[in-house]
Amino acid sequence: MDAQHNDVLLLKGNEVIAKAAERYGYDGFFGYPITPQSEVLETLAADKPWETTGMVVLQAESEVASINMLYGAGCTGKLAFTSSSSPGIALMQEGLSYMAGNELPGVIVSVGRGGPGLGTIQPGQSDYFQAVYGGGNGDYHLIVLAPNSVQEMCDCMGKAKDLTFKWRVPVIILTDGVIGQMMEKVQLPPYTPRRTDEEISRQCPWATNGIGLKNRKYNALSTLEFDPLVMEERNRRMAEKYSRIEAEEVDYELYRADDDPEFLIVAYGISSRVSMKTIDLLREEGIRVGMLRPKTLWPFPNKPISKFAETVKGILCVEQSEGQMVNDVRLAVEGQTHVFHYGRSGGMISSPYEVMDAFKKMARECVTKNWPKGYWMK
Amino acid sequence: MTEEIIISGFGGQGVLSMGKILAYAGIMEGKEVSWMPAYGPEQRGGTANVTVIVSDQFISSPIVSAYDTAIVLNQPSLEKFEPLVKPGGCIIYDGHSIIAPPRRDDIAVYRIDALEEAARSGNSKIFNILVLGGYLKVRPIATVEDVVKGLHKALPERHHKLIPMNEEAIRRGMEIIKKMSL
Repeated sequence: MDAQHNDVLLLKGNEVIAKAAERYGYDGFFGYPITPQSEVLETLAADKPWETTGMVVLQAESEVASINMLYGAGCTGKLAFTSSSSPGIALMQEGLSYMAGNELPGVIVSVGRGGPGLGTIQPGQSDYFQAVYGGGNGDYHLIVLAPNSVQEMCDCMGKAKDLTFKWRVPVIILTDGVIGQMMEKVQLPPYTPRRTDEEISRQCPWATNGIGLKNRKYNALSTLEFDPLVMEERNRRMAEKYSRIEAEEVDYELYRADDDPEFLIVAYGISSRVSMKTIDLLREEGIRVGMLRPKTLWPFPNKPISKFAETVKGILCVEQSEGQMVNDVRLAVEGQTHVFHYGRSGGMISSPYEVMDAFKKMARECVTKNWPKGYWMK
Repeated sequence: MTEEIIISGFGGQGVLSMGKILAYAGIMEGKEVSWMPAYGPEQRGGTANVTVIVSDQFISSPIVSAYDTAIVLNQPSLEKFEPLVKPGGCIIYDGHSIIAPPRRDDIAVYRIDALEEAARSGNSKIFNILVLGGYLKVRPIATVEDVVKGLHKALPERHHKLIPMNEEAIRRGMEIIKKMSL
């Protein structure tokens, strides 16, 4: 059953990733099943887009193979994606570094679960470091998008497509088992046709696809460089590009934070949804608290957080980990106010009331204790 | 109006599909919905539960720690979720699947003998739909017409011929649910 694009559907976040890829004109998917994201591959297998849009869907033999297939597709200027969960994304780090080093397009969906190691299959947000700081070698960044609803899972697939070609940087959509597994209302976009070979050649003149080779010099892509001075030049050019991305692509959203709040919550993904309810409950008690939700984790919304830090009495960073994004919040705050972390981990998700208790403890301590400015509290 | 529901039982009882049909019925009523399963190593006979929220307003957290209604289809589910029903909320249980019924007196307790009714009708597959009917009798958050529309959306087309039977089961469920007094 194929839905019209203005139909309101009830779908899982993972299913929407697959359907959005078909509709945004992705050329291929390479992946390996892992809970909690297996529905991506399952949905593609059921929809058979190779019969309609011509999109390739391939179950690779491992995550290492998936990322290297994505690497190959990126070299030809095609738009491909892979999806996996925590330990699977860990296996992809080498390939990600190579893709970043060759400045290739590609989209990676990371549906987080509890770790480290094989961990649990329940939802987690302990892969912030993995996505934002990476496990691959070298001076590189990935653009990291952080959807917090099923609709945003859909929208991020479109945004990732635009960003990855605009900047020639792989884009990772970092989400979690809750957003991947839950169903919400969603409206899918209309079908965009896949790019033709001519369009790809125009958009990606660097692509090693052999198209039009008679009339041009051959293209070559390699991360290997024998001359350190040349390698440094390449790194500096990439670093310059990364600073432009930081200047242009930061995205965030405020929730009930427009009345000069006394306290701020910073949260992304499922933690931002839980925190919204906490904020509603706290507002009913007359506490002026709002939320800043980063929609891009890299580049990180340093400036707006720093601005809030000038006026709020404290910031609570809520994430389902033992504290990862909180480090970036502290860097943004630069000691201007107190920064705390709260979250469950290992596959546990805090309820709005648990966040409320943590918030109240923090607020009490910020007000009653005479800490030096910027005192860090675990 | 916001209704936070937990449906819990054994894998294979139709817990997740019941939640999905309910969520689709909510969409047909123009409401906001969320459906969040507790997933695990899934197997027939293992535990299965799903949190469904139906609301007039934007749903912030799909994770909640207290429920307006708990539909419990086995004893472990009753023990786990009875304490988590909000005061003034309600609990619905299947008579055959529960040995020790709920004891709280600050919530409404309903019993539906859906397993027996399904066995009597010779179609064990309508079990979850009978329970759904019972629920809609107690909490009329959607009309039967909207649930039927929801079924058209939730079921693949090859199963649409089964919809009249399901509609009948919803109406039968509405008849057989009973309020229990302590």
